[in-house]
Amino acid sequence: MDEDDCMVDIAKFFLTFSQDESCGKCTPCREGTQRMLEIIERITTGQGVAEDIPRLERLAKLIRKSSLCGLGRAAPNPVLSTLTYFRAEYEAHIHQKRCPSLKCTALVHYEIDPVKCVGCTACARHCPVPCIAGKPKAPHVIDQAHCIRCGRCFSVCRFDAVHRA
Amino acid sequence: MVSLTVDGQVVSVPAGWTILQTAEEFGIRIPRLCYHPDLSLAGSCRVCIVDVKDMGHYMPACATKVWPGMIVQTNSPEIRQARRDIVELLLDNHPKECQTCERDGNCELQNLAYTLGVRERLFEGKRKNLPADETGLSVIREPNKCILCGRCVRVCAEVQGVCNLSQQGRGFTTAVAPAHGAAMDKSVCIQCGQCINVCPTAAFIERDGTDDVWAALADPNKHVVIQTAPSIRAAIGEGFGCPPGTPATAKMIASLRRLGFEGVFDTNFAADLTIVEESHEFIERLTGKGGPLPLLTSCSPGWISFLEKFYPSLIPNASSCRSPMSMMSALLKTYYARKIGRDAKDIYVVAVMPCVAKKFEARRPEHYLDGRPLTDAVLTTREAIWMIRSYGIDYWGLPDLEFWNLPSDVFDSPMGTSTGAADIFGTTGGVMEATLRTAVEKVTGKTGQQIEFTEVRAVEGLREVTVHMNGTDLRIAVANGLANARTVLDKVVAGTETYHAIEVMACPGGCIGGGGQPYPPRGTKVLDPGLLARRASALYAIDKDKEFRRSHENPDIKALYADMLGAPGSHAAHELLHTTYAPRLPRGILLRGDQ
Repeated sequence: MDEDDCMVDIAKFFLTFSQDESCGKCTPCREGTQRMLEIIERITTGQGVAEDIPRLERLAKLIRKSSLCGLGRAAPNPVLSTLTYFRAEYEAHIHQKRCPSLKCTALVHYEIDPVKCVGCTACARHCPVPCIAGKPKAPHVIDQAHCIRCGRCFSVCRFDAVHRA
Repeated sequence: MVSLTVDGQVVSVPAGWTILQTAEEFGIRIPRLCYHPDLSLAGSCRVCIVDVKDMGHYMPACATKVWPGMIVQTNSPEIRQARRDIVELLLDNHPKECQTCERDGNCELQNLAYTLGVRERLFEGKRKNLPADETGLSVIREPNKCILCGRCVRVCAEVQGVCNLSQQGRGFTTAVAPAHGAAMDKSVCIQCGQCINVCPTAAFIERDGTDDVWAALADPNKHVVIQTAPSIRAAIGEGFGCPPGTPATAKMIASLRRLGFEGVFDTNFAADLTIVEESHEFIERLTGKGGPLPLLTSCSPGWISFLEKFYPSLIPNASSCRSPMSMMSALLKTYYARKIGRDAKDIYVVAVMPCVAKKFEARRPEHYLDGRPLTDAVLTTREAIWMIRSYGIDYWGLPDLEFWNLPSDVFDSPMGTSTGAADIFGTTGGVMEATLRTAVEKVTGKTGQQIEFTEVRAVEGLREVTVHMNGTDLRIAVANGLANARTVLDKVVAGTETYHAIEVMACPGGCIGGGGQPYPPRGTKVLDPGLLARRASALYAIDKDKEFRRSHENPDIKALYADMLGAPGSHAAHELLHTTYAPRLPRGILLRGDQ
């Protein structure tokens, strides 16, 4: 784990696990983890609102204090600790609709630098949609309306011409 | 005794008490949902959480026993907010259909949400979307309304011993259903409806029969008659704000007449008839002329289902008498039809029953006459109350019936008279007591014998007693709640105990605690022995006031035998009043000895 990992995404990963493993017996864990996951999913897809952080904290404390077993009591911990130490990342997702570590696919987009692009067509050939247009040996362009932000162009470009922002 | 601090007060309570019990003792009402005093503890809803010092997390008051020096805080802004949030989480996964829900107004979840102050919804999101199970003839399962408190699971296993329901799946999409998600009509469900009674919402509900009844009432070609079970008069008043235990015979008859029924009959008459037939059968068996002993009563359709599903080897022991409802319907479509000169197919028989299993019984092929059901529609007490309200009848303001040129609070004739023995059918031990009242006189040949057999009134659920009759000692068992029946029947099957007769009622307390009875008023609880005792006392009061208290003394019964049936146990009686049973084993299970 390093600066390339989004802390909101990490919290979502652990929460998905707990939600999946919830047995369904007690209310806070069964219903609460689902609601926390929905809020976090909202945040990572750029639909978060300012009230989401206090709601998340309220649910997390409720689930931690009132669940029946250890799974439920531990389920909100990743959210609570990331909120403690990386609150700014949450706020960036919500207020600036920006993922600081460029991990949350819904919040990043890819652009081709026309200066660096040599027109090798690698990105266009690998694009699964495809939404990259351009003639060989001429700079290529990504059609943002159709781009699914999979990042294939970013990883196949050998000239650092694809930028993630 | 254990000394502890509750909300700053040092109190002392017996060891083994829970925090909830302790709080109630000192006037603190902790909200609760999944908790029921007569069922095992689940601790799953977490609504009754309290703060116990140094525990780090909240404890469920219902499931935490007190310990010396414990410091409990039952109320604080944090706890109130936590309880409120938990109830909101339940609401968030519950349909927003309160206005069109059958339980609107007496829903525990609705009441709890109001009490705990859920005024805005903070966490709404996805809701589970599971298909409803409408296959049961009596009980409908609506998993989307289920909040997984597990009371139905516990009542099905612990009180009824059926163990049909359990939590299926896990996590957010958990549902309460029969094993492997089987449909209700394919499961071992006996349709007793106790799950409906204990459900805080409408996740279990009876199959609606009111539409058919409204349609029949509006049909000019139909002669619509209604019969009311013994226990209805003890409970129907609760639907109109009466305290439990108020007998309401007159108002009940009056309001049913106003609903447009052309005849209001009393199932009690058929209860008397059941006793005459059943005591005849009992005496035959005692004297070795009939089937095997012990004789098992057959009035409770939930119990008959249970017998067919779980104890098929004891089917020959069951009395062949139809339930009083079916006897009454059979007579209405034959005897009564002839008296009024109508064709049986024009007569539409509605039955108001405390029972949802009767809906199932009415559709059993054994209870058909010439291809048509004997009982056309069965309403529960709840449905009858709703119909009376919906029609716009002012139950309390009903004028004297003479004003409408209608007979006052008497049931219609013929078959209008009933004895006290029939009234007590509605409560545990009633059938047995009524049978004994008649059997003792028949066996001894003397009148004026013992009337009250209070020893068979199994208020605690199960009683095994010895009754002396004409020099013989009769071993009698009376059980209500099928888990209690299991205890007795296992002994019979194992041969460790011999009985002469066993009365079984499927529901706790007998019909007064039936699955179709009114939901208990706010603040009281279902299965409450106090509530059942009050309903029972109404029936015993009616019994005491009756002119005749033994079934065979009923003049209308005598007239019926003289007119039509001949004698108890005659061929004509068997044709009309008796039925047959067959094993109904769950799929994949074979009778012992079968290939």
